[in-house]
Amino acid sequence: MLDLVLFLPLIGFLLALLVPAEKAKYFALIFSLVLFVISLGLIGPVLANPGEYSFVTDTPWISTPNIRYHIGLDGLSLWLVILTTFLTPLAILISWNYIGHRMKEYYAFLILLEFGVIGVFVSLDLFLYYVFWEVGLVPMYFLIGIWGHDRRIYAAVKFFLYTMVGSVLMLVAIIYLYLKSGTFDYTVILQQMASGQLKLTPEEALPLFLAFFVAFAIKVPLFPLHTWLPDAHVEAPTAGSVMLASVMLKMGTYGLVRYCLPLFPNAARECAPWIVGLAIIGIVYGALVALVQPNMKKLVAYSSVSHLGFVVLGVFSFNQLALDGAVYQMLNHGVSTGALFMLVGMMYERRHSLEIKDYGGVATQVPHLATVFLITTLASVGLPLLNNFVGELLVLQGAAMVNISWAVFAAIGVILSACYMLWLYQRVFLGRTSHDTAHHFEGQDLKTREWVAILPLLALMVWMGVAPMGFLTPISVADNKTLQQSKLNVELKVTAPAPPALPVSAGTTVQVAQTAAGVNNAR
Amino acid sequence: MAESQQLWLIPALPLLGFLINSTVGRKMSKQFVSFIAIASVVASFLWVAKTLNALGALDQPHVEHYFTWIASGTFSVGFDFSVDRLTSIMLLVVTGIGSLIHIYATGYMAHEGGYYRFFAYLNLFMFFMLILVLAANFLLLFVGWEGVGLCSYLLIGFYFLEKSAGDAGKKAFIVNRVGDFGFSLAMFLVFINFGSLDFGTVFGKAATLQPEHSAGMITAICLLLLVGAAGKSAQIPLYVWLPDAMAGPTPVSALIHAATMVTAGVYMVCRSSSLFNNAPLAMETVAIVGTATAFFAATMGLAQNDIKKVFAYSTVSQLGYMFLGAGVGAYSAGIFHVVTHAFFKALLFLGAGSVIMACHHEQDMRWYGGLRKKIPVTFGTLCCAWVAIAGIPPFSGYHSKDAILLAAYEHARPLFWIGALTAAMTAFYVSRAMFLTFFGEYRGPNPHPDHGHGGHDDHAHGDDHAAHGHDAHAHKDHGHGHQEIKESPAVMTIPLVILALLSLGGGFFNIPDWLEPVLGSSHAEHDPTAVAVLYATFIVGIGLAYVMYVLSPSLPDKLASSFKGLHTLIYNKYFVDEVYDVTIVHPITEGSRYFLWKGVDAGLIDGAVNGAGSVSRWLGGTLRHLQGGNIRSYATWVAAGAVFVVLAMSVWGGVR
Repeated sequence: MLDLVLFLPLIGFLLALLVPAEKAKYFALIFSLVLFVISLGLIGPVLANPGEYSFVTDTPWISTPNIRYHIGLDGLSLWLVILTTFLTPLAILISWNYIGHRMKEYYAFLILLEFGVIGVFVSLDLFLYYVFWEVGLVPMYFLIGIWGHDRRIYAAVKFFLYTMVGSVLMLVAIIYLYLKSGTFDYTVILQQMASGQLKLTPEEALPLFLAFFVAFAIKVPLFPLHTWLPDAHVEAPTAGSVMLASVMLKMGTYGLVRYCLPLFPNAARECAPWIVGLAIIGIVYGALVALVQPNMKKLVAYSSVSHLGFVVLGVFSFNQLALDGAVYQMLNHGVSTGALFMLVGMMYERRHSLEIKDYGGVATQVPHLATVFLITTLASVGLPLLNNFVGELLVLQGAAMVNISWAVFAAIGVILSACYMLWLYQRVFLGRTSHDTAHHFEGQDLKTREWVAILPLLALMVWMGVAPMGFLTPISVADNKTLQQSKLNVELKVTAPAPPALPVSAGTTVQVAQTAAGVNNAR
Repeated sequence: MAESQQLWLIPALPLLGFLINSTVGRKMSKQFVSFIAIASVVASFLWVAKTLNALGALDQPHVEHYFTWIASGTFSVGFDFSVDRLTSIMLLVVTGIGSLIHIYATGYMAHEGGYYRFFAYLNLFMFFMLILVLAANFLLLFVGWEGVGLCSYLLIGFYFLEKSAGDAGKKAFIVNRVGDFGFSLAMFLVFINFGSLDFGTVFGKAATLQPEHSAGMITAICLLLLVGAAGKSAQIPLYVWLPDAMAGPTPVSALIHAATMVTAGVYMVCRSSSLFNNAPLAMETVAIVGTATAFFAATMGLAQNDIKKVFAYSTVSQLGYMFLGAGVGAYSAGIFHVVTHAFFKALLFLGAGSVIMACHHEQDMRWYGGLRKKIPVTFGTLCCAWVAIAGIPPFSGYHSKDAILLAAYEHARPLFWIGALTAAMTAFYVSRAMFLTFFGEYRGPNPHPDHGHGGHDDHAHGDDHAAHGHDAHAHKDHGHGHQEIKESPAVMTIPLVILALLSLGGGFFNIPDWLEPVLGSSHAEHDPTAVAVLYATFIVGIGLAYVMYVLSPSLPDKLASSFKGLHTLIYNKYFVDEVYDVTIVHPITEGSRYFLWKGVDAGLIDGAVNGAGSVSRWLGGTLRHLQGGNIRSYATWVAAGAVFVVLAMSVWGGVR
């Protein structure tokens, strides 16, 4: 069934190119909805055993070199796939009246994007994974480059080049692993590492880790590799921004968890203090720069840099809490930032401007839109009982258990998020409407179509904030396995110089302490 | 005991009210909205009464577990409610005063726009406040804590057309976030050190700690908790949001910014008393912060002309007393003052609201005068609050304030003297407000219709525009010329009368004894000197105000001009807002704009990226071919690149 969910979008892409242009959006909407409903069937079996791969298909694709079509779904990838199939119909709805030309290609690309992204999340063969990684890049490049705003070409090329630089590095690393192990199959490589058949010296592991890491860090994006993101968001059409922020950035953070930790645990631990440093800088830096943005989309883009810093911090804290929080935060960011971009898009359709100064006091004209925006804002600033709070709490608590100063600096980002979001809200919605704004603002409140697009996201914000355990439990199981895998490799490492032990505070009871002890024993 | 009391109903009822009013309230009549709002809170009050009745003496906390909220690894936090003796007091105050203020508000807000929105927010506030006091662990307390902050934000900014209201709301939220930063770090440390966030577990372990064991860590936790408490309860240095919060409607000032939410910090400190008892340094800090806040806020209250601002600074000052009580170990005296203060300060604000409405939304006391005959019920009830806050025995404020100050007298003599001086100032500024408002001659605009709106031009003289924010709103209500100044309707005066009775007699609730099993004794010797000093404070304070504002009304101006520097300093609240602006807000925004964004982001990083621009442009030229949608050529490029890399790798790998 996973094969179906994966390949339906490819079929949908081809079909979308065949239907008449004026029918394309109807086709795309129905198609993506059907796909979403089908994908819900994936949940049950994965929940039954979230630590192992379900729906595994493993057949040869190309015989030499040995590339396999090997896919599977576990607790880590499940919700990311669902998030993708869930957001695509909403992204289509939000484009309904906005896209006026080359509609057929537009909707076809949105569906092709879904294909690439799902492929990234389910691939278990590194080459297959790389192919999907590139497949996802292409439609986004065109979505920005064709349907974007004035500087779309610059933004699209910048997006493409940045990502390509990382991709090429990753490809080199993948090929190197192939030459060492004789396979692209990720699970086989892990087995070889576990059995000691495949050994990477520290001199090999570090550059390989960095090659993967840089590719992912660009995608996340991690400070200072983030400058493609604000441009890409500002120029992208609304749906492009939604998909970019909500699912494409997660390709980077997913890669960190899926590949960087289990494949190169020693190198990852060695680099962790530096990476955490960058993540924390990103959290504070992104928030500060967001504070002074005059453009709504840029503001939300920089806020993404800040929010995703939390994810990276959680991943490289190497404990259950922080990793669970990080993975949950991937979903949360997808929901709340996706909603923010949708809402900014709705504002754009009413005023044809993204500049904050062109708004002000519009809450009286569009009270429902203002209320929805406020709820989304509150989710984004991490108010308890809404989704982001849970993820941020776990990341911060987990990071605090490793090093309290990490939590101190990262928590500054939480203060600042209230500053930039509430200031944005005030400048856009509160106060009195200027004559100019009143004249240019088309004050129709949320239309039915817009309600349909945004309500599911609001519901998720509350659901994921009040009752997170349904989502979190499978994530926890999968994360536990990831941590076990990375621990396993640490203990195998006997001859290599030990990485500087992470500062571990006394009360830590989770893997960090154990693994650190393991390393020390090994010495 | 083990029997479930359905505690969840207590917050759920106001939540239901919120859900109804926020979804359908817009289309419903005001009667419907009022009914839902009041009924949900009164029902919650009745459920509290029923529950407490069933639980009886509450020798042990009654805990109810509903579901696991967040769990990961060793971390597990449930949706757990708990009632002990401390909670019981808070529940009664919150739902009791809350009910009265809801009823009052239906009168006060009767002619305002956004009626349903107002009551929806108010019910939502009740929901979060009840979560806060019912929470059985730090995290759930934090939920209520942030939630009441949200409602405060929404209600301060209720008149959102006014920029000042939006500013004040945002300021409240952000300053509170700074406090929450401390609270959340404290929470992280609590979990690291105690392995749990449950009150029962944490305080159980804390009570058995040896004093020398991990004293530094406990002190750090307590000081961080104090940062959180200082944000919510408006203590130095985070008090700056509360005076501005008066931009919200007056019932909000009474409920949230006087009686309930702002006391959450005191509640939290008292709740964590077994931690604080292990951290003497933190306790001393609490006492000093409280005393300093009490003193400085009182001085600021001396010179305000806006009646709500006087009471706002008074609230900050009284909260300082509560912290002083907690800091010297007299936790139950602190909570006692929370209760009596809730009575008389809610009454002061609601009474002020009644005056403000009678005077057509004028808040400047210089335009009041002689109102005692025109609004006698308001006057009579406010007199009850007056004697209570001034500390005249046997009224409520006397009992609680003196319990705090007598404990301070035993513990730290200097704090007692500053506290006593503050008590004199308290008696003075409240008396000043009463004399300016109700005595002398009416100084406001002539209510004769011929004068039309003359009086309202006087707003230009107002120095504190924040507090005047909503006047522009209110004005539309009386476009039909000035009415006589008349008493408020019964729906407003009945709550006033009830609160007046509580203000007079509330001191006889023996709260310290009830709380002794939870918070320890705060019984202090009635040292004759100390008692004499405390009697002197209200006599001096009221007497001085009588001389200055009744006998010789020209005196204040003369004093102000002869002590011009001091007056300017106090009148402008020591320029603290301005100092924060220059030292914190400005550097952050300008630094972010010019250094981080334009410098680092656009200059340095993008400069480097675009510096590789010649390469980019060449590649861009190549890429432009792609724009036609020729995927095959792209795929070819990728494949070609891959082949190239594979070849290169095998060569390189071979070399190695």
